Amino acid sequence: MSTFVYMTRCDGCGHCVDICPSDIMHIDETIRRAVNIEPNFCWECYSCVKACPNHAIDVRGYADFAPMGHSVRVRREEEKGTISWKIKFRNGKEKNFVSPITTKPWGKFIPKLAEGDKPNQGEINSQKLYNEPEGLNTKKELPTVNKDAFKKGVYY
Amino acid sequence: MINNNPFSILSETVPSIAMQGFLIIMIALVIFGTLIDIIHKKNVKYFFENAKKAKKSATKELSAGERVSVIAKTVAYDIGTTSELGAGKRRVAHLLGMYGTILFWIASAVMIFCYSSSTTPSAWPIIWHVGAIMTVLGGSWFWFFLRVDVYSEAQPWYRIIKADLFVLALIATSLFGLIWSYLQSLNLYGRWDDKVFLVLYVVSNLVLFGGVYWSKFAHMFYKPGAAIQKNLAEADGSRDNLPPEADAPEKFGLGIKRESPKHY
Repeated sequence: MSTFVYMTRCDGCGHCVDICPSDIMHIDETIRRAVNIEPNFCWECYSCVKACPNHAIDVRGYADFAPMGHSVRVRREEEKGTISWKIKFRNGKEKNFVSPITTKPWGKFIPKLAEGDKPNQGEINSQKLYNEPEGLNTKKELPTVNKDAFKKGVYY
Repeated sequence: MINNNPFSILSETVPSIAMQGFLIIMIALVIFGTLIDIIHKKNVKYFFENAKKAKKSATKELSAGERVSVIAKTVAYDIGTTSELGAGKRRVAHLLGMYGTILFWIASAVMIFCYSSSTTPSAWPIIWHVGAIMTVLGGSWFWFFLRVDVYSEAQPWYRIIKADLFVLALIATSLFGLIWSYLQSLNLYGRWDDKVFLVLYVVSNLVLFGGVYWSKFAHMFYKPGAAIQKNLAEADGSRDNLPPEADAPEKFGLGIKRESPKHY
C-alpha cells in the first residue's frame, strides 16, 4: 500500500513534502503538484494524508481487496483540534471516529539522542527499549490510563 | 502610455484582420491543446467515472435548485477567490495573476476586435495595462518567492522546470506587452526598439497558447470543475468518502495553527 495524490484536489502547497518522514513526497516537475516518488518505500504512516489541507492524498489498498470498495479517509480540522476518520468496510459497513490532535509545536519534543549516554552491552541485550523506563517518565511499571480519565467526545 | 491602445497604433502597419486572425488562432490553439491533453491523460474520463462512483454513496438527492445554489457559491467563493489556497501570500499572488490575466485578455480581445481602427474609449487601454501589471506582479511574486519546489523542497530559485512554462510565458507576455506599449508611446519614429518587443510579445503569446499541451495552462479549466464536484459531493453527503466535519467536541483543547511547509 502507498499514498497517491488526487491531482484535481492538490494545489501544490508542500505540506506533504514537509511532513513525510520517508522523504518520498515530492513536487512533480511537470505540473507542480505533489507526487509519491517511491511508493514501495511508503509505510502508510498517514502523515501526509492528515497534513493535506485539501484532502488530496489517499492510500491505495492491496489489489486483492481494494477493488471491493473499502476506504479509509481522514479529515483534520486544525481550528477545532480534531481529526476524524471514516472507515468504510468491504461489506458497506461504516465506522466514524473523532480524536484530538496533538498541539505540540514542530521539533519541541524531539529527543536529542546523539547527546545521550551510549547504551552498554547489558542494555543492548535487554528487552527494554533505549532509555526505558526513564524515557517514559516513570521509574515504576509501564503506565496505564484509567478509562474514566478519557476526555469527553473521544470515541474508542 | 496607459491611455493608448497599442493595437490601434499597430494597425497603421499591420492590418486589423491579421491581428484578429492571430487572436482566433490563439483561441484555437488553446482548444486544440486542451483537447489533446484530455485525450492523452484521460483525466476527464477518470474524473467523471470517479464522480459517478462517489454519487453511489450519496445520502441525499440534490434538487436542481440546490445544485444551482452549490454551483453559484462555488463560482463566487471557491473559484472567484481561489479559496483552496487558504489565507496567505500564495492566494494573493494567485488572485493578482488570475484577475490580471483575465483583464489583460478581455481588454486585448475588445481592443483588437472593436477598436483597432477607431477611437478607443480610455477605459480599455487602462484595463489592458493594469491587467498586464497585475499579471507581472502576481506571476513574479509567485515565481521568485512562492514556488513550492523552492519554498518546501529547498531547490534553488533559478532552477527552471517544465512546470514553469506556463507562469514564465504568462509573465513574459504581459511584460513584453507593457514594454512594447511604452516604447510605442515614446514616438520613436520607426526605430527598432518597439518592433523588437512586439516580436517578443508575439513569440511569448505563441509559447503561452501553443504550449497548452506541455504546460499547466489547462489547470484553469480543470480546477473549477473539480471545485464544483467537490462541493456537490459535500452537499449530497458522499463527500468523496471523507468523514463529516467534527462536531467541535468541548474538551479537545485549543486548535493549532498550521505552520508554513518550510522545515526542510
